[in-house]
Amino acid sequence: MSHLASLRLAFRRHGRRCRGSRAGAVVLAGGLSLALAACGGVGAKGGTPAGGSAGLTTMGFGLPDEIATTRVAAFQKAHPDVKLTINQGQFDEQAFLSSVASGNPPDVVYLSREMLGTYAARGAIQPLDDCVAKQGIATGDFYPAAQQQVRLAGKWYGMPEFYNSIVLLVNDKAAKEAGADPAKIDASDWDGLSALAKKMNKVSGGKIERFGFYPKLPEFLPLWAKANGADLMTADGRTSQLTDPKVIEALTYANGLLKEQGGWTRLKAFTDTFDYFGEKNPVTQDQIGMMLTEQFLITSMANTSPDARITVLPFEDRQGHPISNVGGNAWAIPKGARNPDAACQWIKTMTSADTWIAAAKARAAKRAQEGKVYTGTYTGNAKADKVIFSQIVRPSGHEPYDNAIKTILAAQAEGLVVPPSPAAAEFRTAWLDAATRVMQGRAEPQAALLQAHGEAQRALRGAG
Amino acid sequence: MRTRPRLRTETRWAYVFLLPWLLGLVIFQVGPMVASFVLSLTDYDLISSPRFAGLGNYAEMLKDPKVAAAIGNTAFYTVLHVPLAIAIALLLALMLNRITGRAAGFFRTVFYLPSMTPYVAVGVLFLFLLNGQAGLVNQFLGLFGIDGPQWTTDPAWVKPGIVLMSLWNLGTTTIILFAALRNVPRELYEAAMIDGAGPWQRFRSVTVPMISSALFFVVIVNTITSLQMFDQVYTMYFGSQSAQQSSGDAALFYVVYLFQQGFQFLHMGYASALAWLLFAIIAVITVIQVKAGNRFVYYESEPPGAAERGTR
Repeated sequence: MSHLASLRLAFRRHGRRCRGSRAGAVVLAGGLSLALAACGGVGAKGGTPAGGSAGLTTMGFGLPDEIATTRVAAFQKAHPDVKLTINQGQFDEQAFLSSVASGNPPDVVYLSREMLGTYAARGAIQPLDDCVAKQGIATGDFYPAAQQQVRLAGKWYGMPEFYNSIVLLVNDKAAKEAGADPAKIDASDWDGLSALAKKMNKVSGGKIERFGFYPKLPEFLPLWAKANGADLMTADGRTSQLTDPKVIEALTYANGLLKEQGGWTRLKAFTDTFDYFGEKNPVTQDQIGMMLTEQFLITSMANTSPDARITVLPFEDRQGHPISNVGGNAWAIPKGARNPDAACQWIKTMTSADTWIAAAKARAAKRAQEGKVYTGTYTGNAKADKVIFSQIVRPSGHEPYDNAIKTILAAQAEGLVVPPSPAAAEFRTAWLDAATRVMQGRAEPQAALLQAHGEAQRALRGAG
Repeated sequence: MRTRPRLRTETRWAYVFLLPWLLGLVIFQVGPMVASFVLSLTDYDLISSPRFAGLGNYAEMLKDPKVAAAIGNTAFYTVLHVPLAIAIALLLALMLNRITGRAAGFFRTVFYLPSMTPYVAVGVLFLFLLNGQAGLVNQFLGLFGIDGPQWTTDPAWVKPGIVLMSLWNLGTTTIILFAALRNVPRELYEAAMIDGAGPWQRFRSVTVPMISSALFFVVIVNTITSLQMFDQVYTMYFGSQSAQQSSGDAALFYVVYLFQQGFQFLHMGYASALAWLLFAIIAVITVIQVKAGNRFVYYESEPPGAAERGTR
């Protein structure tokens, strides 16, 4: 019976027409994977479709704006002979794995850098060292932290795109009501942060009206651990350090912030009502006092709420040094890709400094036409960012955002990452679940992290 | 004697007509089931060739605390959902059965309409409705002075919230029970009324026995679908990173865990073993239900030999 459920699930999730399915693969894959493998293919049937031109199929990438379309146009101009098929939509791990298992993968895939380690270890994506050498990709242009995220065992498995860093976003109104100067909030003073959070927090009639300080647990646990001087994993990505007393202390503190402000279950329900990327975002609605956030929320707010009274500060460790965890996406070439050469050309074009600069100019022109603020594009390519933020981004006249750009750029330089790991997905699930159990009051930090450590180590051993 | 050759011809034709279904059964169900059993004995990550692992995956399941948690969550849901769903569907079917005229078709359509809503949309919709801070469910409870729980974030209330959502979609069960109610002979009610039976007695002594086979069917089908619950729960609590943080493993249903193992952690051999464990659990529960049900279900069949006598 469970097979039926799997089949039903497979067909629901894959709303697309089966193409190029291979009966042989179907029989071999069998069971749960069988139907998925049969319908998962998204690659072109051949590397050189009718007409003699080469084909290139992408997965996980869309064309939502000029940042994407400008770069795609640059590729098409440089390689007019390549027949490009963009399967728009977010990366879907089931569709991707099914397509690889059935021998019909896309030529190039766009996915979170956090997932690369797992796929690289299993051989689902190819090393790109030959591609880098053949196309002369300027890997030195990428930020070191982004480079670290796409390398495993000394080999390139992806090329980074975008560079998200974490900053402290303060709602000036809330800070002033709490008697604090928003520009002088000391993120390294944990007692001070806790006291300010309580002052900013507003609860009325059992309902939370303002979340004083949103520490972004559980997803920012690596940042809190780093602020307390610890890493969740060893640098080689092979050993969990979740039971490090400093990690336990960081989780205990950040969870304490939630407890003091009404408890996680209430706060989470409250944050679920937020419209982060609309005009009624939680800062302009005075629903948040301050929060840790990726910089793209600020970029979005510059577009929707240019007059918002905000202050953006770097997050700091307890010694007062700025720190930030970075994230973003990457381009990778799956195992069995039919046109790896075109895929490599695509990757080079999409991530090169020149293409990013052209895209940033298009975005700046559009924002100017709309009379809106352009706060820059954080590309992952340091060479491109240097040009974008020195030549394209101009003072907007909206001081909070102009200052925010400086803070974000400074935070980028302090980028840290959770090392790539062959069991990245399981490791992440283990610590996320542990932190969630703590926040829900179902486990103490030490016990939860001990359990997560056991789960992570089992997964890491299993991943070889 | 003369009927034998004709019967053989008819039998042959019957098999010819059944052939497409039989082929489908073998290719799309039996084949994958056999293959997944073979995979359950291997270490398989979807990318590399499977490596034989014997009963290792099954032994691993015994040590995996998340398997026990997922079974517990799924069992909790099933035990709450099945009786509630059938009770409410029966109530709706009884109401439908009393409506006559043009309105009958309208209400049948309305009652079935939720079944046409995509599960993913239902999941998202109920995330909004059940939100503890601003959801309509708690606003409704507030009208009676009840401070509603945090349905979507409190681990103690996540599963009851999912049960509440599941009661949205009772169209199929309602229609099956409604059809059974329509087949209850009116003479039986008339005879019961003449004997002085009240509404409750008529319901208990006439209606329930006469629709017991349909009730039995919907109990079995609802139990199986409950044990296989996936779509709405995945949409609500695992569809995005943010959603996953709401519940931790409070909403980790069995098939969700199976999916995670297969497609997030690339343990397809282990996922296949999980699938076979679920198959075994469902088979055992269904056998128990059939054995128990046979004692209570009334089948309206003709006495042995009656059919033959009728044809002569």
